[in-house]
Amino acid sequence: MSYAEPLQPEDTPQTEAEQAVTDYVLAQESKDQLRFLTCGSVDDGKSTLIGRLLFDTKLIFEDQLAALEKDSRRHGTVGEEIDLALLVDGLEAEREQGITIDVAYRFFATDKRKFIVADTPGHEQYTRNMATGASTADLAVLLVDARHGLMVQTRRHAFIASLLGIRHVVLAVNKIDLVDYSEERFEQIRKDFEVFANGFDFESLQAIPMSARFGDNVTGRSPNMPWYGGSTLLEHLETVEIGEHELEAPFRFPVQWVNRPNLDFRGYSGTIAGGRVSVGDEIVVAGPAKTSKVARIIAPEGDVNVARSGEAVTLTLEDEIDISRGDLLSAPEGRPDVADQMAAHLIWMSEDALLPGRSYLLKIGPKTVNATVTEIKHKINVNTFEHVAGKTLDLNEIAFCNLSLSAPVAFDPYEANRHTGSFILIDRMTNQTVGAGLVWFALRRATNIHWQALEIDKAARGQALGQKPAVVWFTGLSGSGKSTIASLVEKKLHAEGRHTYVLDGDNVRHGLNRDLGFTDADRVENIRRVGEVSKLFADAGLITLVSFISPFRSERQMARDLMGASEFIEIFVDTPIEECKQRDPKGLYAKAERGEIKNFTGIDSPYEAPENPELRLKNVGRKPEDVADEVVEFLRARGFLNAANYGMHGDGI
Amino acid sequence: MTLPEERLSNLKRLEAESIHIIREVAAEFRNPVMLYSIGKDSGVMLHLAMKAFYPSKPPFPLLHVDTTWKFREMITFRDNIAKQYGLDLIVHTNQEGVAKGINPIDHGSSVHTHIMKTEALKQALDKYGFDAAFGGARRDEEKSRAKERVFSFRNASHSWDPKNQRPELWNLYNARVAQGESIRAFPLSNWTELDIWQYILTEKIPMVPLYLAAKRPVVERDGMLIMQDDDRLKLKPGEVVKEKMIRFRTLGCYPLTGAIESDADTLPGIVREMLIARTSERQGRLIDKDESASMEKKKREGYF
Repeated sequence: MSYAEPLQPEDTPQTEAEQAVTDYVLAQESKDQLRFLTCGSVDDGKSTLIGRLLFDTKLIFEDQLAALEKDSRRHGTVGEEIDLALLVDGLEAEREQGITIDVAYRFFATDKRKFIVADTPGHEQYTRNMATGASTADLAVLLVDARHGLMVQTRRHAFIASLLGIRHVVLAVNKIDLVDYSEERFEQIRKDFEVFANGFDFESLQAIPMSARFGDNVTGRSPNMPWYGGSTLLEHLETVEIGEHELEAPFRFPVQWVNRPNLDFRGYSGTIAGGRVSVGDEIVVAGPAKTSKVARIIAPEGDVNVARSGEAVTLTLEDEIDISRGDLLSAPEGRPDVADQMAAHLIWMSEDALLPGRSYLLKIGPKTVNATVTEIKHKINVNTFEHVAGKTLDLNEIAFCNLSLSAPVAFDPYEANRHTGSFILIDRMTNQTVGAGLVWFALRRATNIHWQALEIDKAARGQALGQKPAVVWFTGLSGSGKSTIASLVEKKLHAEGRHTYVLDGDNVRHGLNRDLGFTDADRVENIRRVGEVSKLFADAGLITLVSFISPFRSERQMARDLMGASEFIEIFVDTPIEECKQRDPKGLYAKAERGEIKNFTGIDSPYEAPENPELRLKNVGRKPEDVADEVVEFLRARGFLNAANYGMHGDGI
Repeated sequence: MTLPEERLSNLKRLEAESIHIIREVAAEFRNPVMLYSIGKDSGVMLHLAMKAFYPSKPPFPLLHVDTTWKFREMITFRDNIAKQYGLDLIVHTNQEGVAKGINPIDHGSSVHTHIMKTEALKQALDKYGFDAAFGGARRDEEKSRAKERVFSFRNASHSWDPKNQRPELWNLYNARVAQGESIRAFPLSNWTELDIWQYILTEKIPMVPLYLAAKRPVVERDGMLIMQDDDRLKLKPGEVVKEKMIRFRTLGCYPLTGAIESDADTLPGIVREMLIARTSERQGRLIDKDESASMEKKKREGYF
């Protein structure tokens, strides 16, 4: 039963011609779909090749052609001929620059297959886009220019395709017309590539000599190359056998949505990410390892007995167990890893570098957790595949990293399952997708360190000290007066018998953090450590005053997230930079302006002012004493100082 | 021809992908809405949404931006569908535009579309505070759409920045938005016009009869056949209304929507005609005519 039945119109009697069309269309139901990626530089003729495929498969309609002829006169690069590349270069700005800079998707079909082409640029600075296109592709068409043979970029493309799990490759040796359709030249390139690609895990590799511009061996066999007996590109695309590895993998079902229309029905909706499932199969919820059996499988067409990888279904179970979005159901005999640490390849996609220690959101299937990169093991040079050391990761760079997650998550190695082994990283401040990850393996370390539950807790300690523990976080430019105020606040609190501690940026850098410099990556680690230390101090019951420039919102957010709700008080010491420069108590601004100090906040390193601090202190033209009083009164108003102070006036007197 | 057992057919893959996207939006957003334009793509999208949540109803309302110039048959059809499917339907019209008397005949397609469609849509999204809106657009429709993401980010003033799109890998969609920002979600991104008709035929999805050929009153204007759907379409000197066997490949505001002469009065007939067609469907839309990059401009301004 599916919802649509009452809506179906009466079957109308059909003419013979209509019956023929209906039969044809219904026969198309068994048409296959192939998603492939084309990569190559602008000069290799990639857009021309796609234009040619669209053109030759007759999907270029008359009116699109008319508009094309008009555009060719304006932007075209091949004189009076129709420039096929203009068919596919989409956005205005790109057209004017004459390069493809984003991923565009194109469609064409033959009677055998429908094709979805991810058209991606080949320049090194677009590794990000190629990886995006490759993530959903079954096959890659790598273009090379017959005149130039294998280039550094060909190696790069093969590497990225292989990394993203593409197992079928076509080497399109294009512009063969420009080397006189030379068999010798083609064979040389083919052999070079086969030797080179030996190290990759490709299941099929087909080299085809072609001229996209004139159509040779693209869709029709070329009379210019009688020596070539293989398939044309289109024939190959139509017939290449693509196995679905996820189908052979153990059953995986990430729960996307809990379907609960009424008390009698509780279903779990999602897309099967691996293997098959039948009614009656035993399943296990990864993590808590609760088990049940499949009662019903509701597919788009109604109830079915079996469903397979790639299908979007709703399952009901025989037992009422607690399952929610983000859980992963799997076969009991082939369970996924469950861990809060993993090793993975990361492809960085943002202008802002990856900073180890910074907290990002990690989305894996329907589950989102906080994650930090704990270590960059090595970066990979995409042209030479050499491993290089690195502390940060820039746009379009790839690295092998260790990650630490805020909670255990179920996953598989990417190699075993593309769906349950892939994730994206999201910047918590800008909400941008900044990285793509491919799980290599779970790190077992996590399972061997257990959290020791302690009987005396923070509240108990705070009560004994007669105060509510807090982390009072002063942020602001160098010279804004953070340390002066923090120190005065501590004096005042101490005078009324409160238990306090000041963590000062300069002091901590003399000890705990003396191995850290002032690069963005080190600043992040600096704050991460101080955040952890202040968390321990708060746990010990202290009112902890932290005086750190802490220039980045992300890290202040990370520190905030470490503490309990309302325990973290962000105080923005808001002193204009001109005033700070004038005060310059340590002579640092002067040095920075002379270029003697690098990465100085406010000069050549940014300060991201808080958007919603708990307290904003105007620290210009006021006595430091008054400013400190404002902080103490704020803490009092928030209830941190209200508890009776047994320690001072208590027992025995 | 049959597929090897290990492959899912094209339509099955498309269907599964769309359902996945629709569920993801429902799960990730606080207040989603489905734009329902009454056309065939909307019809398919709605059908997929019904499947995605069965036996529940889709957990979001439908929104129709009514320019007051839609074909009358579309409006009747719309109300019937909402009733039959048992869904909440929000109809929004830009009342300021109505008060100013904005119409496609005197003001032309670009002013009318901007005020009564783009602006009206933004009004509705702001009024109800929707943080995600489904649209039935497909990447094969038009060049600037080819690069659009499935989850297409819009800033607080609803505009699209083609240079600053979020990378989209695998089937992992980034649904994070700040206050006031939103996502337009396109579950039919990878469908082609042929896929749509094939699916309508195999799934027997109800469609507005205007897609089927019938005798209808039309005038020839600017090289297009415009149907006289009501008496607001005044004849210009020399124009005559003729009864012709016509149908529509896309549906919009009737004075802006060109008909084609056709005998295809059944669904298989339409598909047959499409298979041998030599012109793409957007040809019937005056909106795209102005310049070839006009769609990109519209989208930057907040058009779907």
